[in-house]
Amino acid sequence: MSGDDEALLRGAIKEYYIESREHVVVPDQIASREFGYQKLGYDGMIRHQSLPDEGALRVLLSREAPTDVYCSNARYLFPSMPMKEKEWQGADLIFDIDAKDLDMPCREGHSVAVCSECSRVSPAGGPCAACSSSKVSLRSLPCQKCIKAAHDETEKLKSILCGDLGVDPASITVYFSGNEGYHTHVRAADLDGLGSRERRELADYVMFRGAVAEAYGVPRQGAKRRDLPARGERGWRGRLAAGLGAEALKKAAAGGRDRYQGALEAASAAVGARIDPQVTGDIHRIFRMPGSLNGKSGLSKVRAGPSPAGIYAESCLLADRPVEVLAECPHRFSVGRRRSLGPYSRERATVPLYAAVYMVCKGVATAAAGAGGQGVN
Amino acid sequence: MEGIGRLECARYPFLANAGEYIADKGFTIEAFGTDPDLVPFIELAMRRIEAAASGLVYSSGLDAGDASEQSVDREVFSFVVATVLLRAAGARSLVRRFALSESRRAERFLERSLARESRERDMPARLLEGLFSVRVRRADYGYGVPVASYVRRSVNFHEREWKLVNRDVHAGLVRLTAHQVVRLVRQELADHIAERIRQSPTPPTLPNFEPHVARIRGLSESLEPKYAEVTGEHPPCVKHAMAVLERGENLPHSGRFMLATFLLGRGWDVGRIAPLFKGAPDYNEKTTLYQLNNISGAGGGTRYSCPLCDKLESQGLCHRTAECEGIISPMQFGRRREA
Repeated sequence: MSGDDEALLRGAIKEYYIESREHVVVPDQIASREFGYQKLGYDGMIRHQSLPDEGALRVLLSREAPTDVYCSNARYLFPSMPMKEKEWQGADLIFDIDAKDLDMPCREGHSVAVCSECSRVSPAGGPCAACSSSKVSLRSLPCQKCIKAAHDETEKLKSILCGDLGVDPASITVYFSGNEGYHTHVRAADLDGLGSRERRELADYVMFRGAVAEAYGVPRQGAKRRDLPARGERGWRGRLAAGLGAEALKKAAAGGRDRYQGALEAASAAVGARIDPQVTGDIHRIFRMPGSLNGKSGLSKVRAGPSPAGIYAESCLLADRPVEVLAECPHRFSVGRRRSLGPYSRERATVPLYAAVYMVCKGVATAAAGAGGQGVN
Repeated sequence: MEGIGRLECARYPFLANAGEYIADKGFTIEAFGTDPDLVPFIELAMRRIEAAASGLVYSSGLDAGDASEQSVDREVFSFVVATVLLRAAGARSLVRRFALSESRRAERFLERSLARESRERDMPARLLEGLFSVRVRRADYGYGVPVASYVRRSVNFHEREWKLVNRDVHAGLVRLTAHQVVRLVRQELADHIAERIRQSPTPPTLPNFEPHVARIRGLSESLEPKYAEVTGEHPPCVKHAMAVLERGENLPHSGRFMLATFLLGRGWDVGRIAPLFKGAPDYNEKTTLYQLNNISGAGGGTRYSCPLCDKLESQGLCHRTAECEGIISPMQFGRRREA
């Protein structure tokens, strides 16, 4: 990242944390949480930070202008000590759903390949068009289909959490991650003390992983067959019948226990909530802090509404003064309130600050000289 | 637990009141160790221990419904004396077996009481809540156990039928039969009994106990598990990880960690493991050696061990075959207990 890019981002981030204080959600029991952050010009994560109160958090945000801020879902007696000495006290249950894990067919069409060798931008799916290097990193631009799919998965997750696992809807808070996913936070006393293995078990449950044929009506040879799942039944039996179709289940069962087992295993992707199980099982994770900026996009992690339609605009909280960038992007895209940006073929463009930050974060633009000097320093 | 009756004391003698019961009857441990008239109780205690050593569950008149005072005395006295003998022998393997056998015995009574439409049903529910904080709810379908209570225990079971996804779960409750409810707490019951034995003070050397203590030590030694490596073959998850690297494909960080910890656990050194990662698309010799040394605990750091099968399954790294039956860690693959 060039010095001009860094200056642009630093200025915009600092301005956000000073001018838009109300957007930052101060974690409850802040003194018991571990914080971490990443900042420009520093490789890696600064972890094991503890903050006594909201004031200390605000000072850190405005002083360090971090690109990404993370806060533990766990609470500790000694949050700044090494992990083994922190004395874990409990943790919110969290679920991460990311559009990149949903195998959306549209993905290649709104992704670009940024070359690690020459930084040029090409359409996704091949080597760098400029230098033919195969070392490219894929960056996805906003897509309503993807974000809707992630939103739908989150709704599915919520329905399982509330209907099956008895989670009180009031204890669930869903956030848009600021990039292309949703974070679901559950604050429930009975789940708070669960360890990593138990949380992985809950993850398997919501994903419909580990189901055995015997539990869904088809026993091993010789045993008595039970009823196959039918529509209208509650829990996984009903969802399975609705998702795969009662006829398909009947057909698979007629093929024998192994075939039926195969059908159940394959069903996970179709009927299960497609969360990242690693996130849910990790009780020491530091997780993007609500209201903070996402360094992959410059958008904020904000509370999600009932519809995903306006989420990119709702999470776009940086200023909109014009900034000049050198842009290169083969696709047209929208960000924030700008419905149409690009395509750009390595050209100068004047865009709102939020769009400039977005494009620099995605690697499809670099700041023009002096572009970063206009924000708060 | 408060309010335990005489019959409950006999059925669940591991509850604290069993000691009081003996005291109330005017006996002491010393009396059992010295009074020839009390030797029959020591012999009963040995029967309990020998049943456990053979993998059986002790049966007595109580099982057949004999609730007489003598029957209750026999139950409580023999249990308490058995724990004293085990403590005196310091027989760790046998303590575990005894605890499991006694918990299975208690299960029988718990299950019967749960299944009955009577006030007796309250006792198991109280016991489960009092000892293990499991709030069991009675319903027309059987019993409902809160999801959190269920998964805290079920994650220790290797049979896949216990996975939450294979249960009927609704409104925060897991539906179970009386048998399943008591099975759920078996290990905790066993742990509770074993802990009671471990925490009890070492009894003095007493003449009635000595020959039995020596016999228990012998029994315990014969039960120490002996493992032999019967094959040098790697488990399918490890083979799969190696194949991925050989093909030059990306192996996720969790897969690399599993491979490294497994091979370190099998005695490979860092220098022998590092070349396996040469096929990784992002291979960097310096980084690989740094990571391997870190995992191996070189320089006095933590030596990491290979993740268990259930974690690997959650990470999508498990490629279970029939040969994996009965193991809970890749490290156990190919190892069988000697007869």
